[in-house]
Amino acid sequence: MEITPSLLALQLVTGIALGAIYALLAVGLSLIFGMLTVVNFAHGAFFMVGAFVGLYFLGLTGNFWFSLVLTPLVVGAIGLVTERFLVRPLYGRGIDYPLLLTFGLSWVLIEAMRLAFGVEGLPSSTPPELRGAVDLGIGYFPKYRLFLIFATAVVVIALWLFLEKTRYGLIVRAGSRDGDICRVLGIDIARVWLVVFGIGCAIAGLSGVLAAPTRAVNPEMGVHVLAESFVVTVVGGMGSLMGAVVAGLLVGIVFAMTSLFAPELAELSIFVLMAVVLLIRPQGLFGKAGLMG
Amino acid sequence: MSHLPQSKSRRQLIVGGAAVAAAPALFSIARAQPAAIKIGFPVPLTGPFSAEAQDQVRAAELAVKEWNAAGGHKGQKCELLVRDTKLNSGEAATRTLELIEKDKVNFVVGSLSAATQLSINAVTRERKVLFNSISQSDTINEAKDWSLYTFHEALNPHLTAGAVARYAFPKFGKRIAYLTADYAYGHEMVRGFQRAGQAMGAQTVADIRHPLGAADYSAFLPRIQALKPDVLVLCNFGRDLVNSAKQATDFGLKQGTKIIAPVLLYTSRVAGGPDAFEGILGGTSYYWGMEDKIPSAKKFNDAFRKAYGGAVPSDYGALGYAGILSVLQAVKNADATDSQRVAIALRQLKYDWYKGPQFYRKCDHQSVQSVVIVESKSKNMKDKNDVFNVLAIEDANEKNLRSCEEMGHKVS
Amino acid sequence: MSAPQATSATPTAYARGLFDMVQRHRVAAVLLFLLVFPLLMPYHALAVNILIFGLFAVGFNLLFGYTGLLSFGHAAFLGVGSYLTGIAMVHFGWHWLLALGLGVVSASLAGVLIGYLAIRTRGIYFSMVTLALAQIVYYAFYKAERWTGGENGLRGIQVPAIEVGPWTLDFLNPVTKYYVIYVFVAAALWFVSRLLASPFGAVIEAVRENEQRAAACGYDVARSKLLVFVISAALCGLAGGLRALHLSVVPIDSLHYLQSGQAVMMCLLGGMGTFFGPFVGAAVFLTLEDVVTTLTRYWMGVVGAVFMFFVLFFPAGIWGTLVQRVQRAVQAR
Repeated sequence: MEITPSLLALQLVTGIALGAIYALLAVGLSLIFGMLTVVNFAHGAFFMVGAFVGLYFLGLTGNFWFSLVLTPLVVGAIGLVTERFLVRPLYGRGIDYPLLLTFGLSWVLIEAMRLAFGVEGLPSSTPPELRGAVDLGIGYFPKYRLFLIFATAVVVIALWLFLEKTRYGLIVRAGSRDGDICRVLGIDIARVWLVVFGIGCAIAGLSGVLAAPTRAVNPEMGVHVLAESFVVTVVGGMGSLMGAVVAGLLVGIVFAMTSLFAPELAELSIFVLMAVVLLIRPQGLFGKAGLMG
Repeated sequence: MSHLPQSKSRRQLIVGGAAVAAAPALFSIARAQPAAIKIGFPVPLTGPFSAEAQDQVRAAELAVKEWNAAGGHKGQKCELLVRDTKLNSGEAATRTLELIEKDKVNFVVGSLSAATQLSINAVTRERKVLFNSISQSDTINEAKDWSLYTFHEALNPHLTAGAVARYAFPKFGKRIAYLTADYAYGHEMVRGFQRAGQAMGAQTVADIRHPLGAADYSAFLPRIQALKPDVLVLCNFGRDLVNSAKQATDFGLKQGTKIIAPVLLYTSRVAGGPDAFEGILGGTSYYWGMEDKIPSAKKFNDAFRKAYGGAVPSDYGALGYAGILSVLQAVKNADATDSQRVAIALRQLKYDWYKGPQFYRKCDHQSVQSVVIVESKSKNMKDKNDVFNVLAIEDANEKNLRSCEEMGHKVS
Repeated sequence: MSAPQATSATPTAYARGLFDMVQRHRVAAVLLFLLVFPLLMPYHALAVNILIFGLFAVGFNLLFGYTGLLSFGHAAFLGVGSYLTGIAMVHFGWHWLLALGLGVVSASLAGVLIGYLAIRTRGIYFSMVTLALAQIVYYAFYKAERWTGGENGLRGIQVPAIEVGPWTLDFLNPVTKYYVIYVFVAAALWFVSRLLASPFGAVIEAVRENEQRAAACGYDVARSKLLVFVISAALCGLAGGLRALHLSVVPIDSLHYLQSGQAVMMCLLGGMGTFFGPFVGAAVFLTLEDVVTTLTRYWMGVVGAVFMFFVLFFPAGIWGTLVQRVQRAVQAR
């Protein structure tokens, strides 16, 4: 098999597109961890719920863009309820408890989707406007995946603008630094955490509805994704948005390139990457040292 | 429903907490002679193959009902004990132990997935209980895993892949690329294709192994695109097939390349939808649409439709039906209910339950049967069940299997 | 003490006496209970599973409940124990007892390797590192098809009749199998009890409470952590080896992180930081799963909901809460 430059380039683009989904997922996970120090083991489940809800709205309205806007709102709302009633009672008990709770929650969410939509899942297809492949010069690439890269960029930039340029974003960042001082300053930190958890889940749901056209939508689709999200979040640095994006792309590219030369080792390679990063630089590429002890 | 276990009330007591006092009295350790012929049926009722497994249960229950209605064996009726393996080999082994030790089943029929059937087999053969496997595996018939009590009703990868290769390669070209799930099933399918292809001068341009359960195949597709093969074989199963078919379509691989799959599951096709599977052909053990050619298929379909409100049986469902009926017929022929004598009768059985004549090969108890080549349909579908066109049926032929010697059996 | 009462005859005093005795002879009490345990279970294979996973959870709890380190990779030790026991028997024809020993030793070695690397990190990173390293072990065993059977699992583990002096035990007999495995689990539990009662046991609890203070007191924290990690791995390896003998197969899922997650769930359900808690957790989890599976197809949702309920309202677990309540009731007098 000859490796031509155009094959390498196409593989790179594939890696970036793959990385876009990873990045989006990691952003949600990292946001929740960075601001609340909660490890959301239900993140994959929220991704899966997003895919189902997205298809449901698509079936109702026939419009992909509608479902793209509505789904994160719905999944975010579920996230809000989760934080308020399930996670909040566990603050102060140590980091393990919210982790364990969200683990149990993931099982419940999976079963809920089975009850609502059946065990086989739902058929999904690419929206007509984005169907087909584009000749990039180096090969054919699905239009939809280019759209994914674009959508991820939009979401990440929007999030960044929110965190860096708005007043509420400032409060969120301050809250992650020191919740007590914020309280002293009169800010309802509990409300901030609620909102952040909701946003994190909403992003997970959005990833789901975006990923749905590319893969089979079934209740088990989130399990696989969770492990990959953790890899990316850890590599980038838990709590760092920049880290989530960079690591997402990095992991996507590593996976794609390994698939070209040694496809059986592709999945193993990302866990090796995770282990190496953790051992050399536990806080990840962009994480703050000593964030978690 | 008949498949709930007898111990349900006992377990509820334990949950209630009153068990401590009551249990020793209730729990009988004595080995009682069973009045009914009990067949254990461990299948993955929950998990990714839950739809297929539930169809297996339906078809198996139909088989039991038919047999009982016809009088059973000298008045002895059959009882089906369905258990959930959760698609987990450890759980399957535990369930099988429960079925044998506690429920005292006479025989075991099941499962779905190569790994679980092998682990069930490991338990049954040690205890000399007859096991008729109803899911694909090349390994279960090999001497290492096999025993006199091991039977294999389902197709195996070698036979299936060979049949599809013999049909497709002459028609579509010699340059073959494989996208293979990296586990035994995938490897076995590739081997089957390559063996059959050798005779036709087929050339393997790539064999790309992807991790089992991968959701995203985009990393593997550019390379295949660059190679421009005549045929792309998706050597994976179930949801993996749905995902890879979808994404191969997205990447425009269907232009210039024929996509084939060794096993085209009815449920996968329904889940994946017409677009993803458009133009894809593959093999299967059974498709209900065969009924206009095969009389026993029509008989089976009609019985299934009558029992289940017009629904048609799937490929794996039909295997559940046949697996049970073969064992029960062997009970009649042997005029016995112990595994040893029934096994001897079973290996001599010739039958036609739903797809034409079948029999078990002597050396390894593999059911010699036909392979159906189907192609996905997206236009002119008469109803939601009409998803395949039957392109060809390769007749049952022992020569298409691997030889007994190759499987490690000494030929007597 | 308040006004004089007929102390020796009142139920409270009796309970207190019993409780004290159980506390002091906890191992004996547990072993006695486990001796009659099979009579309570619907079928023996489940009882054996509870023994095995109880040991797995106890081993895990040594690290999690007593030392405060949440590992997400303990399935690696269960799996290594299972596989090495199986490989020794299937590929090399070893005697099962010897193979079991090999399983334990191999798991301990894996514990040394993984532990050494993981101890360098703390908190959530420790959990993530153990997850990643365990997944690497998973892939290694998955790919080594010739030895492990890959995705098909390792099959063919058969224990022939066991000769003990003048008697021959049939391992296929479920009751015999339970008591044979019981012997090993009993020995392991006794060992754990001795360990926890020893000065070393106090050290690891000190590490959990406040690592820096323990270091300030002069204890080598890193070495203690590594030691308890290896012991924990050895116990889980023993559980794994026993599991291989019990099921006659080693499923590849033994090494998957979902199996590690199960250990965490069992410890939480039962009560971390208590001696018997993990066992109770394993029993409840497995029995619950078993019972719920027969009642409904949606067992996963039910078990998940029950688990969430416990996390929210009974963080000390069933046994932990029970112990707390009894302690409080007894001390109130």
